[in-house]
Amino acid sequence: MATTRDPLATRALVERTAAPEGGEAVASRGIWRVILDVFLQNRLAVVGVGIVVFFLLFCFVGPLIYRTTQVVTNLTLIHLAPSSQHLLGTDADGYDELGRLMVGGQTSLEVGLAAAVVATLWGTLWGAVAGFVGGAVDAVMMRIVDSVLAIPPIFLLLFLATAFTPSVSMLIFVVAFVSWVIPARLVRGESLSLRSRDFILAVRGMGSRDRRLVLRHILPNAVGPMIVYATFAVADAILLVAALSFLGLGIPPPAANWGEMLSNGLNYIADGWWWLVYPAGLCIVLVVVAFNFIGDALRDAVEVRLQRR
Amino acid sequence: MFAYLVRRVGQAMAVVIGVSIIVFFLMHLLPGGERALLGARATPVQVHAFVVANGLNHPIWVQYVDYMGQLLHGNLGYSYHYNESVNSLLAANIPKSALLVGVSVVIALLIALPLGVIQAVRRNSPVDYVFTGASFVGYSMPVFWLGIVLIGWFALDLHWFPAEAPQGAGVGAAFSQPRAMVLPVATLVVVNVALFSRYVRSAALDNLVQDYIRTARAKGIPERVVLLRHMLRNSLIPVVTILGLSMPFIFSGALIVESVFNYPGMGLLFWNAAQIHDYPILVGGTLVVSTAAVVGSLLADLAYAALDPRVRYV
Repeated sequence: MATTRDPLATRALVERTAAPEGGEAVASRGIWRVILDVFLQNRLAVVGVGIVVFFLLFCFVGPLIYRTTQVVTNLTLIHLAPSSQHLLGTDADGYDELGRLMVGGQTSLEVGLAAAVVATLWGTLWGAVAGFVGGAVDAVMMRIVDSVLAIPPIFLLLFLATAFTPSVSMLIFVVAFVSWVIPARLVRGESLSLRSRDFILAVRGMGSRDRRLVLRHILPNAVGPMIVYATFAVADAILLVAALSFLGLGIPPPAANWGEMLSNGLNYIADGWWWLVYPAGLCIVLVVVAFNFIGDALRDAVEVRLQRR
Repeated sequence: MFAYLVRRVGQAMAVVIGVSIIVFFLMHLLPGGERALLGARATPVQVHAFVVANGLNHPIWVQYVDYMGQLLHGNLGYSYHYNESVNSLLAANIPKSALLVGVSVVIALLIALPLGVIQAVRRNSPVDYVFTGASFVGYSMPVFWLGIVLIGWFALDLHWFPAEAPQGAGVGAAFSQPRAMVLPVATLVVVNVALFSRYVRSAALDNLVQDYIRTARAKGIPERVVLLRHMLRNSLIPVVTILGLSMPFIFSGALIVESVFNYPGMGLLFWNAAQIHDYPILVGGTLVVSTAAVVGSLLADLAYAALDPRVRYV
């Protein structure tokens, strides 16, 4: 999608969160305080943080309390309805469903967070360099971004996932590969506008090298929008991983993730085994909604930085 | 405007070429494709014959140039598995996907536009909260889960609609079994309404505080006319852009819906091809879908420039 303008949504984001003049980042402790206040005023965001904290505890602390076997299958215990023994029943391999939600959630959250961080960092660097260097280099770099952006993500994912053996690090790489392009566009716009600012000229006049300019002066100014983007990216990554699992390209057992559990459970929709159909889906929806709430609130909060200027 | 048009079309062509390079090289860097395709029992001689027959022994850039040369003659290649040209496979499947996507997008827009406007007008009221919450949930739901849950409720429990999409070749099959189209279309509609209504709401909010709305109200124009004729029309402009930019995501959703409902379109063809390493279909299919996305965003951009008199491009 080659546009001379950025996509409307992203452009609005860039404009709203346009960085302050250089130097302000240093004296901005007060501003971060304001951002935190605005963020906390947003009730949905607080709910979102609550959900995320709950699921972090559920997935990483939960297994220490609710002990289950998630490696060895037990075919005498398959498809059991919820009971006091197995609070959410068991699945087709005899795994305890509640315990598996905890273990599977670890993978889903890890992949989601890691893919978002990798994509955001790589995209940010790419965009900063493109916008800063400008000219032909910029044109080529951004056409690459446009090309990746034009390929529907699921098509690209299917493509990549058939190429690489499924594993956690492969999933992180594959999901990051389809999502680094949006931060690249955002930061490129930012970097382009920063390039002509006086403080960059001043730093350059002091004899700073390009690499230092990009790393120390361009990138810090893009931190706000990037944190916002990364939050949304976690939500998207969790959904993408789930979709991949449904398409049969997830991580093979005994490893688990919510998408995998959900797509396996959906085979039993006609059997009325609701504990295999709804809990995993609910976990995905709750976590994704939570990250979207947080992202929305962060966007509003970062916007405040502008208004208070 | 003309210079803008030329530059914009030029960029779009560069992007299509970029897509072809990415897709082609990704695909052909994969090791052992021919082995996966011919099966473990193929003899080395057979594998070699296949490699030579398909030109896979040439350097990859030679293969790319050959492929692009064929492409310029309108030839997308030949499917290994179906023993049929990719052109004819795509020609058979694309209209069905276009129907599915087209119908769902139109219905989704018809719902999302009034919904977004109501949300904006009643900002921060219970109505707004309920629909905003619902659109967040719709947006955050795995598409395949939604599809299968709908099957569970409306096909298995209530027996209102068939669980499977219309089978049979051609678009005609879809029209002869309209009831079977309901669930696949409904699934895509839910997802797209969730996506669009958020943009309509924010576009409407931006427009509601504009001076021209206050002027219209001050002139005594009824609120309904202000909203429909003045505000909605201006809010449509960003929605057009979003529609163009959302193409890749809409196609992605359609692929999943097609595999959930076994709807024999482009997405199902592509997914099956991925399972059996049928490279020509994967490369050709991705190229066609991505080109459609590029053209969609190009048209959206041009429409934006045409609709909004404030936008002037040089």
